[in-house]
Amino acid sequence: MKSLILHTATRLMIGVLVLFSLFLFFRGHDEPGGGFIGGLVGAGAFTLYAIAFGTEATRKVLRIHPITLISVGLLSLVVSGLIPMFVAEPFLTGKWLFIEWGAFDTKLSTPLLFDIGVYLCVVGFIVTVIFSLEEEG
Amino acid sequence: MLTVVALIFIVALISPWIYKLFKEKSGWVLALLPFGSFLYLASWLPHIAAGNVVQQSTTWVSMALFEVNLAFYLDGLSLMFGMIITGIGTFIVLYGSGYLAGDAYLPRFYCAILLFMGSMLGVVLADNLISIFVFWELTSFTSFILIGFTHEQENSRKAALQALLVTGIGGLALVAGLVLMGFASGHWEVSALLNEGDIVRNHPYYLAILILVLAGAFTKSAQFPFSFWLPGAMAAPTPVSAYLHSATMVKAGVYLLARLNPVLGSTEIWLILVGGFGLLTLLVSAWLSLSFTDMKQILAYSTVMALGTMTMLIGLGTEMAMKALSVYILSHAMYKGALFMVAGAVDHEAGTRDVLKLGGLRSLMPISFAAAALAAISMAGIPPLYGFIAKELVYEAALEAPLWPVLVITLAVIANIAIVAASAIVVIRPFLGARVETPKKAHEAPLSMWIGPLSLAVLSVLFGVLPFLIDKSLMVPVASSVYGAPMDFYLSLWHGINLPLILSLVTLAGGILVYRIWDGLRESAPMKVYQAGFAMGPIRGYNGLVSGLLGLAGWQTRTIQNGLMSNYLVTILITLLVAVGYTFLTRSGIVWNPGFENVLIQEWALSIAIIASLGIMLAFGHSRLTMVIGAGVVGFGLALIYLMHGAADLAMTQVLVETLTVILVVLVLIHVPKLKELRSTTSRVRDGVIAVAAGALMTLLILAATAAPFDAFISDFYAEASYPLAHGRNIVNVILVDFRALDTMGEVVVVAIAGLAVYALIKMKRFGSPPDTNTGGRASSGAASKQGGS
Repeated sequence: MKSLILHTATRLMIGVLVLFSLFLFFRGHDEPGGGFIGGLVGAGAFTLYAIAFGTEATRKVLRIHPITLISVGLLSLVVSGLIPMFVAEPFLTGKWLFIEWGAFDTKLSTPLLFDIGVYLCVVGFIVTVIFSLEEEG
Repeated sequence: MLTVVALIFIVALISPWIYKLFKEKSGWVLALLPFGSFLYLASWLPHIAAGNVVQQSTTWVSMALFEVNLAFYLDGLSLMFGMIITGIGTFIVLYGSGYLAGDAYLPRFYCAILLFMGSMLGVVLADNLISIFVFWELTSFTSFILIGFTHEQENSRKAALQALLVTGIGGLALVAGLVLMGFASGHWEVSALLNEGDIVRNHPYYLAILILVLAGAFTKSAQFPFSFWLPGAMAAPTPVSAYLHSATMVKAGVYLLARLNPVLGSTEIWLILVGGFGLLTLLVSAWLSLSFTDMKQILAYSTVMALGTMTMLIGLGTEMAMKALSVYILSHAMYKGALFMVAGAVDHEAGTRDVLKLGGLRSLMPISFAAAALAAISMAGIPPLYGFIAKELVYEAALEAPLWPVLVITLAVIANIAIVAASAIVVIRPFLGARVETPKKAHEAPLSMWIGPLSLAVLSVLFGVLPFLIDKSLMVPVASSVYGAPMDFYLSLWHGINLPLILSLVTLAGGILVYRIWDGLRESAPMKVYQAGFAMGPIRGYNGLVSGLLGLAGWQTRTIQNGLMSNYLVTILITLLVAVGYTFLTRSGIVWNPGFENVLIQEWALSIAIIASLGIMLAFGHSRLTMVIGAGVVGFGLALIYLMHGAADLAMTQVLVETLTVILVVLVLIHVPKLKELRSTTSRVRDGVIAVAAGALMTLLILAATAAPFDAFISDFYAEASYPLAHGRNIVNVILVDFRALDTMGEVVVVAIAGLAVYALIKMKRFGSPPDTNTGGRASSGAASKQGGS
């Protein structure tokens, strides 16, 4: 779409939107947010970009093919389920790693990896559909 | 054992990178994996020979109803199958590296064959009924990829689909049978079931369990009339046929029958069904093998015959039958593996597998000839090869059959006469006689392609001449585990002059005679009729079923899913009204307690706004865009309601989904023609009545549901357990990614598939599909995106 306002706003907004989606994603375990919601915002960012600049430009910005996002997402889900099996616990048991840096602590876990998978699948799905529909005509 | 199986899967998945690293040497590198697994399994031999078993278990899924464990159970039977799978697997990986050298899809072959090997090893080592089924399905799926390896060719794809459909339908029957068996006995581990056979046999579900399990095993092991998929699957490259049909895939059904013999066997119905089908299969297919001139087809039907023999032996269930079975399985795996590989080598080096177009390859391919000759002598059951011991034992078992021994032995001899002739055809025709001009200038196959067949052929000689090498260490444990009680025996070549030996001589003489008249026999009218009836008949039946099913699907798609959205809605809503309305009125009844006094002023305001926007949309909505925006307002209103009740996550999701849905719908609307009213007034009135009724039903349902006291048990559990158990304070997210992660996984997979479907449907249009599918594609893509968004 040719609109100076939309172009300028999108250029400014896309970074904020992606950051916001990551913010929503990471706070998700304790505060409202999470992989699904974060993924929707992330997909929204690229949708906005696609409306403003077209799908070719968005593909360049995204760099990764959306279907690759879906497959990597599915792989993350499976791997997060398989990790506990290596320590002889049932599929998808949550495993946690607490790292204490002093100033702030980090929680790494298989549910986090799982949520990353959800995030990637949601972004990949919506972007795939948007691209397909936009490029159809 | 989990480590071995998991390692094979992991290496399979990284095999493309291993190929990049080692290039043409990667066959030798990757062959180390099955070879290492073979050595690992072989290291258990002394332990198993001493009469012990090995059990290892890891919890996979733990539920209140039952547990699914990745449990592994190693006894004589699973050890022998495991060693056949990994041992022949080693040769097949090597053989494939030679056969497919230079093929662009070679890395894919390594990946697929290793995945298949892992699945197959899983089937034979698994102890838990559910994990057996999972591995079983994996073998169906990976063999689908392998059979359809040359996917550019239509007959490859057809054969792959045929194999998948036949074994897949059998798999569905099998899972039902296994689950019934689990619930009937209360045991989910085969090792525990082995001692509880009486419970299963005396259970009222026994017959159902038996038929379902047999349906699974018979389709997998290509028993008549399901045998047609196996010869069809010869469309695969030879390394695949050699592996799937000598040692693995088709033996899975035999393995399962043998495994469950102590649980389901030794009843009269088992004897009749298993023994009967086995006998029928071996007789029909042995003679079918003589109606072909393609080496692989001849071998394929002789394989079906061997599977029939094994099934029959399991059905007989006597001690002698078990002894024969254990020897026969091993000898068949060795000679058939070798013969398939030689057939492929001949095809590869001479350019054809048709025995009529081959001859005199003896001096050009001396090593392949030696391997083929030894293997064929074993297959024909001529001393001193291992196949001779196997056939003698089969005859002895047939003579001792608990039912109609005369009939069984007669049919067995008649079938084996054909097999002797088939053995002669596949080795004498291509290798002996006068040199025939072949499409390619034939020369000996490379080392990687003859090492396998030659080793297997030499082992057939070794075990034949020195049977004590394996009788106590492997054959006795195998027979004991199929029999379900300890057995003891030894093997020898010479049993003195007895009835089986005389029958062997009769078979041999008959076989030579049939070979001499083969050219005339093959072209004779009765043989043509026989081939048309028994080989093509079941295929025609299959094709009829498939096209019938497709016709039914087409009819119901045209009728029910005709592309008119309003028709879909009418169907869905009427179904809802009838099914839910009936249940609601009979089970619950109307509860009228709206509780208007508890509704806050802002909730009133919001509800009125939502309804008003709907009203405006209906009254003035003559364009699709207005309707979409109206629906969007309803969605945002709902988000506000969620927010009022403290469901921040839900509200956020609702807003985002609503936004993206509007964008998606608008993108679709660009391509849709202008809205026109096509319905008559009567049908609009009808639709209105249905809509109002559905709305009223939903209202009454919600009133009845909220009138019941709210049970806070589950929500209290999540609220309390969320932080201590899952280290998260956002209950919604913790439920999604931890407590109910399996559900989420299923949903995400649906989203992913919907995404791929939209992509495929929309992109497919570009490649010029027929015009009538375009509208269908568009409608379905809209439906799919809607489903994904919800």
